Amino acid sequence: MKNRALYLIFAAVLVLPFAITNVNFQHVMIMFLIFASLGESWNIITGFAGQTSFGHAAFFGIGAYTSTVLFYKFGVSPWVGMLLGAGIAAVISVIVSYPCFRLRGHYFAIATLAVAEIIKQLFVSWDYVEGATGISIPVVEDSFIAMQFHGSKIPYFLIGFALFFLIVMVARSIEKSKMGFYLKAIRESHEAAEALGINPRKYKLLAMMISSALTALLGTLYAQYILYIDPFMVFSLEISMKIVLLSVLGGLGNIYGPIIGAAILIPLSEYTRVFLGGTGKGIDLMIYGALIVLIACFEPRGIIGLLKKRGKKRGALYAKTNA
Amino acid sequence: MLLQVLLTGVLIGSVYSLVAVGLTLVWGLMDIINFAHGEFLMISMYTTFWLYALLKFDPLVSLPIAVGVVALVGVLTYKLVVKRVANAPGLMALLATFGLSLFIRNLAQFLWSPNYRFVSESLLTDKRFIIGDLIIGLPQLVAAVGSFAMTLIIALLIKKTKTGRAIQATAQSKDIAELMGVNTERIYAITFAISGACVGVAGALLANTFPVYPESGAMYGLLAFVIVALGGFGNIWGAFYAGILIGLAETLGGFYLGTQFKYAIAFLIYLLVLQFRPKGLFGW
Repeated sequence: MKNRALYLIFAAVLVLPFAITNVNFQHVMIMFLIFASLGESWNIITGFAGQTSFGHAAFFGIGAYTSTVLFYKFGVSPWVGMLLGAGIAAVISVIVSYPCFRLRGHYFAIATLAVAEIIKQLFVSWDYVEGATGISIPVVEDSFIAMQFHGSKIPYFLIGFALFFLIVMVARSIEKSKMGFYLKAIRESHEAAEALGINPRKYKLLAMMISSALTALLGTLYAQYILYIDPFMVFSLEISMKIVLLSVLGGLGNIYGPIIGAAILIPLSEYTRVFLGGTGKGIDLMIYGALIVLIACFEPRGIIGLLKKRGKKRGALYAKTNA
Repeated sequence: MLLQVLLTGVLIGSVYSLVAVGLTLVWGLMDIINFAHGEFLMISMYTTFWLYALLKFDPLVSLPIAVGVVALVGVLTYKLVVKRVANAPGLMALLATFGLSLFIRNLAQFLWSPNYRFVSESLLTDKRFIIGDLIIGLPQLVAAVGSFAMTLIIALLIKKTKTGRAIQATAQSKDIAELMGVNTERIYAITFAISGACVGVAGALLANTFPVYPESGAMYGLLAFVIVALGGFGNIWGAFYAGILIGLAETLGGFYLGTQFKYAIAFLIYLLVLQFRPKGLFGW
């Protein structure tokens, strides 16, 4: 039953940009896939394991920079860079998370934010990767190897879809596995999980590794799609927060949340930008911000909460009660 | 020279402290991260700027007006937004205040353009003391002393007054505070007003020396998060000392390693200190 809903979503997403061939719409679909996947990846560490990360832009940026620098300096295929970026992100996530996992709750969240800001500052002043100027990816002819397609947006969409499919499936198999239950146990009570013989640090590290590696994959796709990156763009707090916001909006701690959240937030932000952004007066972001406030105020349990309220036998997906 | 750097650090740190005190009050009381806190500061700076540009009010004269304006913004934020999301699960309150910060920042850009604006001639402009090798700018000194005074007032208010004790009680347990006859709704609104008043003071004092533009509060907001956590959530004096520490880290780091690293150093200090004090300097 649950599976059918998921496959329905996959099918619908896959068909849409072929049914509606408007270029703006295809762009929105690509951004949707990127951010839904980012939300899914983030959800593994925050939704399942309860460790709020405000710094996922760090891994996104590492993914974007690894593939871009390799292609820009050495002509290495972004596909290789993508995998390498995921590996580097995983290693760095372990290095920085190992000490940070001593911290609980907000102290951990602020630490992730601090780490991401530090990494951003380092890239800004790192001349080898062109510092604050950023890197324009050299344009070559359409090629799968170079992950560049100038004629149509569809190839980008298909790559995005493949990543989306992969990441949702990974998140889902984690959720169903023993590890998923361990993570949720850690989320509900660190002490109780430990008392039951779960090693919280080990599983938190594992979840963080997977989450950041997956996040880095999307960094590469984003860089290849936009063909330009700079530290303020890919390491920005805005990216970190967008990932948090759409997942919270959809509903934390289950695999549908980020998909629903991204399906609402990304068209909202992209279309307000397309229709109102040209003035340079910030009207688009103003309306976007106001709408976020309105949604939060009138649907404070997230969209999943709204759906759950509509009858249905409910599982304890995110049964965190408020004190 | 070192002395000059240290002094600069303490002076700016004092202002950081006051901004963080405003944030830590709300955070400690309601467990809510107000992402719009930096934007409150920006509102105060704009209030001061416009009173100066249109009515020729000196920033020191407009200070009480800025305090009133931002305190009102704080109360409205509570009544219209935070109240509705306060009991929502997960990070929904964060979502709401983040949306609010986007809204306020871009509203400012829409109304007043992204241009930098300056309070060019005030009572304090370009006045300075020179003691030996030390140069102390009067605007910076007044900002630091004013911020410290406000922090002191807030600390006394929380500790000594009946309202302050009610705030403490609500922070410990909302339900029991209610049973004791505390109107917690009112306490929340008051706390948001006090929080706004803190950045109101800070913004008016900063407008003397810093440019006013839609993003002018953003970095202060971000640093305030780190300072609040560094000091321990809800701890006023913790936020104060942490603010001074971050101010020092920033100026020392900027001086010895280059200004591009000054914020990185401040964030690094947080990560290092929390290794030894996982709940902040004064957390328990």
